[in-house]
Amino acid sequence: MEGGFYTLQDFMTYTKGITYLIMIVSLFSITGFWLFLTDRDTDTQSPEHHKTEHH
Amino acid sequence: MSLTRRRFLGWIGAAGASTVLGSSADASSTVHFKGYADSFAILHDITLCVGCRACETACNKVNELPPPDLPFKDLTVLNQKRRTTAKAFTVVNRFENAKTGSLSPAVFVKKQCNHCLEPACASACFVKAFKKTPEGAVSYDHSVCVGCRYCMVACPFEIPSYEYDNAFSPRVMKCTMCHPRILQGQLPGCVEACPKEAISFGKRKDILNIARERIKKHPERYLDHIYGETEMGGTSWLYISGVPFEQIGMREDLGITPAPELTSGALGAVPIVVGLWPVLLTGIYAISQRKEKVSAEEQALAVAEAVEKTQALAKQKLTGELEKAKKDALKDKDSAIKQAVKKALDDAAAAIVKQEASNV
Amino acid sequence: MSEKTLSVNKTLLTPFNIFAGIVLVIGFFITVLRFTKGLGAVTNLSDNNPWGLWIGFDLLCGVSLAAGGFVTSAAVYIFGMKRYHSAVRPAILTGFLGYALVVFALNYDVGRPWRLPYPFIIQQGTTSLLFEVGACVALYLTVLFIEFTPAVLEWLGLKKARNLVVRLTMLLTIFGVVLSTLHQSSLGALYLIAPSKLHPLWYSTYLPVYFFVSSIIAGLSMVLFESTLSHHYFEDKMDETHLKENTGVTLGFGKAASLVLAGYFTIKIVGLAISNNWHYLTTGYGAWFLLELLGFVALPCFLYAVGVRDKNVKLIRWTALLTVLGIVLNRLNISLIAFNWQLPSSERYFPHWMEIMVSVFIVVVGILVFRFIVTKMPILYEHPDYKGNH
Repeated sequence: MEGGFYTLQDFMTYTKGITYLIMIVSLFSITGFWLFLTDRDTDTQSPEHHKTEHH
Repeated sequence: MSLTRRRFLGWIGAAGASTVLGSSADASSTVHFKGYADSFAILHDITLCVGCRACETACNKVNELPPPDLPFKDLTVLNQKRRTTAKAFTVVNRFENAKTGSLSPAVFVKKQCNHCLEPACASACFVKAFKKTPEGAVSYDHSVCVGCRYCMVACPFEIPSYEYDNAFSPRVMKCTMCHPRILQGQLPGCVEACPKEAISFGKRKDILNIARERIKKHPERYLDHIYGETEMGGTSWLYISGVPFEQIGMREDLGITPAPELTSGALGAVPIVVGLWPVLLTGIYAISQRKEKVSAEEQALAVAEAVEKTQALAKQKLTGELEKAKKDALKDKDSAIKQAVKKALDDAAAAIVKQEASNV
Repeated sequence: MSEKTLSVNKTLLTPFNIFAGIVLVIGFFITVLRFTKGLGAVTNLSDNNPWGLWIGFDLLCGVSLAAGGFVTSAAVYIFGMKRYHSAVRPAILTGFLGYALVVFALNYDVGRPWRLPYPFIIQQGTTSLLFEVGACVALYLTVLFIEFTPAVLEWLGLKKARNLVVRLTMLLTIFGVVLSTLHQSSLGALYLIAPSKLHPLWYSTYLPVYFFVSSIIAGLSMVLFESTLSHHYFEDKMDETHLKENTGVTLGFGKAASLVLAGYFTIKIVGLAISNNWHYLTTGYGAWFLLELLGFVALPCFLYAVGVRDKNVKLIRWTALLTVLGIVLNRLNISLIAFNWQLPSSERYFPHWMEIMVSVFIVVVGILVFRFIVTKMPILYEHPDYKGNH
């Protein structure tokens, strides 16, 4: 059974590895998403707005 | 942060080269991992051990360890309880026989790495230096080891030891189950050396059957418990004994939970925090910003209102005065007209009276 | 180096400087010994006790007591408590120094410190809580460093760079809180894998939650404790805003700490109930556990509350010290005192004097660097060029 997992340990190493990648991607993309979400807000008071533009 | 393709693949391959992306396995809660079906195991029949230390001698030789302080022939070392060290991957301990309450006949127990099916050391290692091999051995790669010693904290059997006196290349030291020898088709050193056949080597499923059979055949000789069948999720060293394991230095309170499961909950919470904390915190931030904005607006509004009010008041006052002035003016005008009319009427009346008088 | 620069205006031979000098010299010799003769030469670590004081105090206490940075910046920037603004910089500085020292101390403890980046660049042991701790601490140290740079840039007069970093404040704060939540809790979760070695009164599946919540308490209390010390020694460095806001900070943080302590007390009791560990309370370990729970959690909770009600700044400051000691006690209990409780006393661990000395050495280095920075950079006061510019 090439490609399967025989131990919980191997399974977890694999899935947690993927999860770590997702975490890295999500941490950085949330900034971009926030920008996308608030881009057309007429109210430009929030410093968030300015900050994300420069990130 | 830039991830190179190679590094990305490195992360993906964190589970090892043999695992491929498409492999199907659901959440660990629904899938039961049975381990490598053809892995090897070793049975230690405690009732057969005579404490000759031949296994210790062989282990020392096979692993090229430094000579012990006292020669292996010297059985006085059995007078004290020992554990595995960086210089001895296996030790034999002597215990009082619970059946007779004395050292005759004493009970001898060999101790070494149990090669767990789900090793706590591997689960704990942050550089993946430990690995459960398909052959059954838990291998250790000193070329990546950082020396954090978390494996030693994690091990429920208190097996891994450390070269504390080595300043430049200290290693974690433990039994290898003679993995290199197994790969060459040889028996582990201790198994080969045992003169009493107190240790036997074979496929784990066969070894379990042998153990079960012995217990079945000699219920007077053995307790109905194969130590290592389920302990900490099962081990590749199995033990059968005539006296309770607890009384011969083997903990029976370890439970049957495989080590990786102990931390899977906490590990599972990590990505949830990463996913939701920014959402929550940005929300709180937005609320506090909004509150501030609202309060600022309210303040501005209040100020504007106050200004308007005073202005209105002033205006009111002003118009009031104007009106009064107007009224006054009107009044003046009125009275002037009235006076003028009255005068005119009087004049007219006087004229009429005068005319009538002249007519008569 | 810090001592030389300080000696310009004052005499070098203050009692603290003499003490620090001696500690630095001894620390230097132990360092040489550690890295030439190995861990065995300077520690009482053994095969049964692989983690000693350097993990129990330097790592566990160090990280939790450095939580002031994330707690304060979250309060000010995320929860919008702007009136505590003057507390942010000192808290971030101590946070940054704390973490830097933790990493420094780890170099003493691990067998091959030059391999510390291996888990990230060679092989990722993703199932290890230690991997998580390492990744978060490394990232958070970077975040704290960037958060702290405005002070350095103001000191150096680099306006453009400074303004850029200030614009990133919100993002950095959120990152900081996420990373702190993770590694503070993961330090507790390190022990989840050893249920057979940690005494049941301290072992709990809630360990990560306990560590996270108590780190908030530690952060709040450390800010109070440090501000007390700073007032004593660096009052001349503080500007009017800092001095004016300080009473408000003390009362506000005292109130927060009292509240969080109450919550912490509750979940500790819940932990007892969940594992049905009541019967252990009558044992020796039980008495020790109760001392920790009543003397260092319930008592400070009450004292903080009284201090806040009576606006008694002095009481709050003393309570902060008590709370900090309580956190230290908790971390030492989990890592050393209640750990390996199953072993006979002859096999238990007690730190070697050189281990203690190295820990003292690291604390002294921290104090010296802190002193150097607050006397040079705009930490306790606002830089005149950037006044009210936050």
